[in-house]
Formats: sequence, C-alpha cells, structure tokens
Amino acid sequence: MCLGIPMKIVELKEDFTAVAEVRGIRRLISVFLLQDEDLKVGDWVMVHTGSAIGKLDEEEAQENLRLIEEVLSYEE
Amino acid sequence: MPSIDPATGFRDPKRLKGLAKRISEEAKDIEKLKIMHVCGSHEHTTIYWGLRSLLPENIELVAGPGCPVCVCSTHEIEEAIELAKRGVILATFGDMLRDKTKNGSLYDARARGGDIRVVYSGFDAVKLARGNPKREVVFFSVGFETTAAPTASLFGLPLPPNFSILTSHKLTSPAVELLLQTEENILDALIAPGHVSTIVGAQDWARFPEKYNVTTVVAGFEPLDVLIAILEIVRRFKEGRAELVNEYRRLVKYEGNLKAREWIDKVFEVKGVWWRGIGVVPNSGLFLRSEYEDYDARKRFELNIPFDPEADTPPGCVCHLVILGKKYPPECPLFGKSCTPGDPYGPCMVSEEGTCYIWHRYGNPEIIRKFKKREKGSKI
Repeated sequence: MCLGIPMKIVELKEDFTAVAEVRGIRRLISVFLLQDEDLKVGDWVMVHTGSAIGKLDEEEAQENLRLIEEVLSYEE
Repeated sequence: MPSIDPATGFRDPKRLKGLAKRISEEAKDIEKLKIMHVCGSHEHTTIYWGLRSLLPENIELVAGPGCPVCVCSTHEIEEAIELAKRGVILATFGDMLRDKTKNGSLYDARARGGDIRVVYSGFDAVKLARGNPKREVVFFSVGFETTAAPTASLFGLPLPPNFSILTSHKLTSPAVELLLQTEENILDALIAPGHVSTIVGAQDWARFPEKYNVTTVVAGFEPLDVLIAILEIVRRFKEGRAELVNEYRRLVKYEGNLKAREWIDKVFEVKGVWWRGIGVVPNSGLFLRSEYEDYDARKRFELNIPFDPEADTPPGCVCHLVILGKKYPPECPLFGKSCTPGDPYGPCMVSEEGTCYIWHRYGNPEIIRKFKKREKGSKI
C-alpha cells in the first residue's frame, strides 16, 4: 500500500517516536526507520501506517518544480 | 522566479495542462506506447485527476499488480478467520475486512462474533496486546515493502508475550519481472511506485532497463509527478533508449532507506509465494525468520489450513485480468452491478488501492461509459 501522508515533526520523543502534524491534526508516529537521519523539529516526513519512511527534501522538491517550469517554458 | 509551494505546486491545473500538451507534442510520432504502473495510489492519482483524458490516444496507461489486498490469497484470510474463531483479538488493516473467502469475509466473521478490530498500524496492535494481557492478540500484517518495513521495526522494541503476527507480505518488483518473462506485449515502460521505492530504493528497479529494455521511472503521487514520469518515458522511448529515472528525488534515494532495508532483511526471509490472480512468483514473499518464530502466529497457533487455489477466483470474477492491465474495470460485466464497494465480489473492489474500487468511487461516468464500449483499436 502506498498511501502516504506528508507530516511535519513537532516533537521528538523517546523510544523512536515523535509527534507529527498535518493540517492541524497531530499523531504519534514511529521514527524508528529514520533513526540514522538527523531528524529535527520542523522536518517533513512521509508517514505510512504510523511510521515515517523517509524525510522530504525541500531543496529537491524545489528543484523538481524548477525543472517542470523549464520543460513548460521551452519553446522548440 | 518565486519559489513554488511544494504542497500545491505539484497539482497546479495550468502546469498539468501544459505538461499534457508537451507530452502530446513529443509523442506524436510514436505509434503505440503502453505504460504500466504498479501501485494503487498511482491509479488513484490517475483517475482522480482524470489524467487518461489528458493523454494522447497513442499512449495507454494501465494498472498492474499494485494492490496488496487484491493479490493476497483467500487462504491467508481464512487463516485470519480461523484465528478469530479460536478467540484471539485479530487486529487487521481496514481494507482487508470485506475481502471474501469461500466462507465469507473478516467482516462476516466479526458479525458471527469474532473479535476483529481495525488498526491503522502495527503499533496499535501492540498497544491492544498490552491493554489486554489475558488475551492473545494477532496482528494480520498485509502489504508490500512499505508496510513490511514498519512491521519489521516492531521487533526493535520489546514485544508483549501475548502478541504475534500473521504475515502476508510481498516484494513488488518480482511480479513485474515475472510478467516481463512470461507475457507478450505486457508493457513498454514502467512507472515504479514512489513509496515502495522510498524503502527499497530506485536501485531495486535498475534491472528493468538493463535486462528487459524497459524505461522505468520512480514517480511520486501528485498528478505532476505522473505526467513528468510519462514525459521522461516518451523522450527515451522515441530514441530507443531504456533508462532508470528517479522522478521522486525529494523522497526516494537510489539506495532507499538503508535502516528499513536492514530490518526487512533481519526479520524476514524471502521465498516464492502465491499471488492471487497470478500464481507463484519466485522470491517475492516475506516470511518471519526462525529467530522470530515465537511471534509467528502460524507457528504459535499451528495453523494448517489446506490451500485451495480455485477459491481465489470466484466464478465470473475477472480481477486476475484487471491486475495485469488486460481489462479495465468497466469491461467486467459485474462492475457497478453485482460488484460495488459496498458489496464487493472480487478483491479489486475491496480495497482503496484496488483498481475497480478507484474507478467506481472516483471515475468520471463518461470515461466509464467509453471504456464499457471499448473495442480493440477504437479511440479511448
């Protein structure tokens, strides 16, 4: 199942858990799978069945959007 | 140029139309291009945003075996029902509830008195076990790598003795590989699932361009992600090149999530397993290693239900063709009639990741009508 929700870390807790939030909703999630990432409050992570599976890279997101702009504005 | 908000920029209608136009322009000399994706969430994006109506006639986008509920054998659901009969608390993901076996579904078993509870995560199931120390609690864990990794991570912390797991986990890419080895003209290019790939890495798809000459794009789930993936495919297909492309670099690394991969390997071993609608797919099933057999529900409860492959294909159901992209849901005579989300006949209508469910719930009625009348070669 690929249903994933991007959520923002608002609090890091013990036992590899964190409180994450999106659109005003807060949930306790597991960040066990991201224990080797340098997770900070304010980071956006992708949550699937209660676990954060990856950290969203803001720079890459902007780069992706910039490339799309390039494709759209290129006149042959 | 002002920075674009990543929360909304990937679904901006102007950019969607602009990209669709570029795809049509660049694909105009292609005779036919069949792209398969293998994720219910990609089908959701495709239907929800009407992407097929934005694509030119010569590009076909089909849904492959990307719904874990749809490919879960009824045998495993029968195991879950048997456990409920024995009085355990059976913790299950919600979208397994209505999947019917020849003896009914988990929903029916609950109506008959089974203590079946819907959970959102394995952690909820562990909490249930801690909260009910005198009862056995079994977590029915179903899914591909994206769910297998969190389940493996449960073993990173101490587990209560009354907790065990009934696993139904599969690896995604082996099924696609089997299709390429055994089916003619099954696909020209592949869109790889973004969240499975967050776990396994883009590297898990490298063999598709290398061995099978199929361009594979790891894509995110916003509509722009899917359209960009299609454009990347079109450009390479025209030049006769097959390459691996990571479109979802804001989340997916080439090597994936190494911690997740480490724990999947630590907790599970890989064996061939039966996929409903497909048959045995080599090296595709994840089973708890013997070091963890104390928490393996199959061992703890000595489950020994005989396997009946015919039970997986109820009469009249064409789900096994839908999951291979050989039929669209409206081409099934039962679609919308005796098979609906409220009362599903086959598994593709059960889960939110199922192609038929997605078409029924979000499909534009006009598109559904068009596909109902579709004959080979006529305009979609």
